[in-house]
Amino acid sequence: MTVPVLSVEGVRKSFGEHLVLDGVDLQVDEGQCVVLIGASGSGKSTLLRAVNLLEEVDDGVIRLEGEDITDPRRDANAIRARMGMVFQAYNLFPHMRVLDNVSLASRLVHKVPRAQAQEAAAAMLERVGLAEKARAFPDELSGGQQQRVAIARALVSAPRLMLLDEVTSALDPELVGEVLALLGELKAEGMTMIVATHEMSFARHVADEVCFLHDGRVHERGTPEQVLGDPAELRTQEFLRRLVQP
Amino acid sequence: MTASPWSPSAVALDRVAYRRARTRRSVGVAAVSTAAVTGVAVLALVSSPGWPRVRQSFFDAQVAWASLPRVAEGLWLNVRVMAFSAVAILVLALLLAVARTMRGPVFFPLRAAATAYVDVFRGLPLLLVLLLVGFGVPGLRLQGVPTNNVVLGGLALVLTYSAYVAEVFRAGIESVHPSQVAAARSLGLTHAQTLRTVVLPQAVRRVVPPLLNDLVALQKDSGLISILGAIDAVRAAQVQTAQYANFTPYVVAGVLFVMLTIPLTRLTDALARRSGWLGALGGVSGGGALR
Repeated sequence: MTVPVLSVEGVRKSFGEHLVLDGVDLQVDEGQCVVLIGASGSGKSTLLRAVNLLEEVDDGVIRLEGEDITDPRRDANAIRARMGMVFQAYNLFPHMRVLDNVSLASRLVHKVPRAQAQEAAAAMLERVGLAEKARAFPDELSGGQQQRVAIARALVSAPRLMLLDEVTSALDPELVGEVLALLGELKAEGMTMIVATHEMSFARHVADEVCFLHDGRVHERGTPEQVLGDPAELRTQEFLRRLVQP
Repeated sequence: MTASPWSPSAVALDRVAYRRARTRRSVGVAAVSTAAVTGVAVLALVSSPGWPRVRQSFFDAQVAWASLPRVAEGLWLNVRVMAFSAVAILVLALLLAVARTMRGPVFFPLRAAATAYVDVFRGLPLLLVLLLVGFGVPGLRLQGVPTNNVVLGGLALVLTYSAYVAEVFRAGIESVHPSQVAAARSLGLTHAQTLRTVVLPQAVRRVVPPLLNDLVALQKDSGLISILGAIDAVRAAQVQTAQYANFTPYVVAGVLFVMLTIPLTRLTDALARRSGWLGALGGVSGGGALR
């Protein structure tokens, strides 16, 4: 039996009195795309941030390739470097050119010489279709372009797992397509990823598994056809109905 | 793409004409009110009973001209003290600000020391620091410790100002949004790497205008080293005042200080305006007054 890329076992997290994750279990196998759906505040972002060790969990275990990464004795920076995280608001570094944004981690974390790191970054920008923007600053780009740069920045370290946190929620509707198309390509290339999103058509076409989160718990999980087409749980049905007719 | 040919419509021409007329009127109103205010102020001054005496003892052109070289020479010392102090202040303040953001128990003493330093030197009046350093340090009679009053005066300025400037840097560091730190850490950067490559460059850019403001203040406060006996512009003016039995040299020194700070304040204003687009989150740009 092969070890899953990621397994989340009974993870709990609260901010003060507010319980955000209430015993979440999740497993992501090699090359799988798991889509998290659920209303704002259901715990999708917190789960992704916990996996990326940006939040400390109160209880439970998170394993990356079988290794307990919630163990405080492990080097968190080395673990984070094995994952790529993309944020809703891009979070590009505004004082750095696009090429420097993308090559920063190679240079500082993986200690790749500058010239080589920039070459790899340029290749990655080519990959996301933004080779000509290498010398630009982030605020000179459209939202969709910025998000593609952010994806390139996460990809350049050859992560084992990509974590995408509502990466199209801040985009104008006509820019959503270019980012989702890129994610679809990544999936086709065999990238393992967890995607928190409100884009149901993406979930339907790309996801291997859809998880519906509500109040910090996975209420329903299954294939997209199952969860989106014929939800068993009342809460899932309600959530999907509200998406269709806001 | 070429623009389509365009000639302004009647409505547009009317708007332009109206705005032009408004501008002319504004300039006129400003000119008249400036003249009126200045006239009243001058009149009040000149018609005051003591004006002839005051003019004689504060605005004597001959004394001004005669004292100018000495006062200017003193001012050169102020400029040098300011320049050297400014560099030392920036370095020390940045170290203090970074020390206050250090995490981990190992750095506790450093963090505590930096906090205590800032508390003490922000609370102490600069004049007291000057006196304590200027007269206290030489009193120790330690080997290798400077006894030159200019150096000691500069040291006092550095001690006090770096406490203020450290707080400016710290405010800048704290103004960088947490999502920037999250992005850097998610890439695997360490706390120190994040601080150096992501947080500090953005923080420093943001605090340039307030830093220049402190530099203007430093330029003036460099005159306080005169109480240690250094012959700076203030001290030179004092000497000249005694020599001519006339206060005009003080006015000369004052005018020179103002002339020195005006370019710096203009630069500060210009940079503050530019910061609207310097950082992506640099704040709302000024913009013209709206109707």
